[in-house]
Amino acid sequence: MTDSDTTIRSVYLWIGEGTWRATVDAALSLVPAVGSEARFTLLHVTSPAAADAVHGAYWGLLGRGGPDPGDRLEALGRASAAELLEAAARRLGRPCERLEVHGPTERAVVAASADADLLIVARDGDRSRLGPKSLGKATRFVVDHAVCPVLLVWPEAAPDVGTLPPPPHNPRHGGR
Amino acid sequence: MNAAVGETVSLLALITVLAWAVTRPRGWPEAVAAAPAAVILIAAGAIPAGDANAEARRLGPVIGFLIAILVLAHLCDDDGLFKACGAWMARSAAGRPRRLLVLVFATAAVTTAVLSLDTTVVLLTPVVFATAARLDVRARPHVYACTHLANSASLLLPVSNLTNLLAFAASGLGFGRFAALMALPWLVVIGVEYVVFGRFFASDLAPRGPGRRARPETAAGDARLPVFTVTVVVLTLAGFVAASAAGVSPAWAALAGAAVLAGRALARKRSTPLSLLRAADLPFGVFVLGLGIVVAAMVDNGLGTALRPLLPAGTSLPALLAIAALAAALANVCNNLPAVLVLLPLTAASGAGAVLAVLLGVNIGPNLTYTGSLATLLWRRTLRQHGEAPDLGEFTRLGLLTVPAGLVLAVLALWAGLRVMGG
Repeated sequence: MTDSDTTIRSVYLWIGEGTWRATVDAALSLVPAVGSEARFTLLHVTSPAAADAVHGAYWGLLGRGGPDPGDRLEALGRASAAELLEAAARRLGRPCERLEVHGPTERAVVAASADADLLIVARDGDRSRLGPKSLGKATRFVVDHAVCPVLLVWPEAAPDVGTLPPPPHNPRHGGR
Repeated sequence: MNAAVGETVSLLALITVLAWAVTRPRGWPEAVAAAPAAVILIAAGAIPAGDANAEARRLGPVIGFLIAILVLAHLCDDDGLFKACGAWMARSAAGRPRRLLVLVFATAAVTTAVLSLDTTVVLLTPVVFATAARLDVRARPHVYACTHLANSASLLLPVSNLTNLLAFAASGLGFGRFAALMALPWLVVIGVEYVVFGRFFASDLAPRGPGRRARPETAAGDARLPVFTVTVVVLTLAGFVAASAAGVSPAWAALAGAAVLAGRALARKRSTPLSLLRAADLPFGVFVLGLGIVVAAMVDNGLGTALRPLLPAGTSLPALLAIAALAAALANVCNNLPAVLVLLPLTAASGAGAVLAVLLGVNIGPNLTYTGSLATLLWRRTLRQHGEAPDLGEFTRLGLLTVPAGLVLAVLALWAGLRVMGG
């Protein structure tokens, strides 16, 4: 393996509501390691689910006139995504690309980051109970299916190693 | 006209009207099909002119009532009521997703109950989405809560849903008594929705680490509560109960409330006469009138005889459960508006309890399919064949978790209320 194979040139940051600061901070902490030539891409995915639910509710109001509020939600979603990417770019404070993708979140993240050398993902589930639930459904899917290396970070200070649950009983010593 | 021809013509008219309403060719209003269909049925003698006249006299005040509520809600929006709700939710939630969900539940349930489900879907939901985005919280659970509660929290008052207004006219109940009998089912269904949402979206609603604040550049939210408008809405609500108790149609109270707010908004140039006319949605009123006459013809011409054996008489618990289940099923096939128009004449004789059970079915049931009916769902799927299909799995799972449980418990609550307060 040559040096060029292991050089990290393209770093993708998954910018998600509530956890984006953690991925940006992780990227900043990587800069000394990946070198200043690395390109950063801020990736945000807008899932159509919320707007679809509102389109559906509006269609269910049989016969009502007026504009479809689902369209308004789509416009609000675009504006909100742009604001989020802008806030993330400001926090990163380095040249970066912004990538806004529309689609089912987990699949869109895997597809968009396919050519990255590294994808930075934050835990986004219930971190009050450590274990599988600390990853949300979409993040779990991305960790399982991403085709590029993934860096998984904590959105807050990582818990102490002492918070590990006790080891399970070893079945080989269980008398069978 | 003989019975078989009358039945066929009425059925064709009903199918045409519903198919038009679901597909909306060229975006033309539903009234374009419903009004001629009603006229043709009357001219052809499929419904006697006297019956059609009686149906129109019954529906007229109901439609007037609905128009007053739609205008009232529009004026509330013009005066910044929903923006103020958004700012209040943002302040009180303080970035905690689960607390925001509680606030969204409260706001959506009250908005739906007082200003009708249309208001929640059209005016409140975009505000909730913007509030979640502003708080840097995932919007999906909160938006889904609005669309679910627009249906299931529309049980409480006659004004909460057009289905209720129709049933209110048929039930012979007073405004206060209607609300008293529906209060417990309303609370029970909201409780079921909250428990299911809390578990279903647990990871989206998980508490976040310290120091996670709203994005500062968008955290502003100083919209003030429009006190005058809120006062008028509260007085209008009191007017509903008082008018009904005095034997006057509560629609007059709605009209008075809308007139006060409209006068003020026009004087302050916050609304225009044209925007109020648009909010009144007159073509929708014509559609409801046409659909009502077409359905009455259908019920006269055999649908009533066909469905009557399926509907148990009386207001025993099993009877109420069966009525609510049938109403939910019918609403899911073809939308709840035709469903309630068909079922009301068949259940009115069994008393107010049976009519309210129909409402539980047609109001809670539509959450099973996210478009409120299979007919609309299938049509929209066809339209989207070449585009992106919505994630039906999640909507449907949420519907299956909330609707059957909510329906059964709401019927139990209604039955208990009827036992205590008398049918």
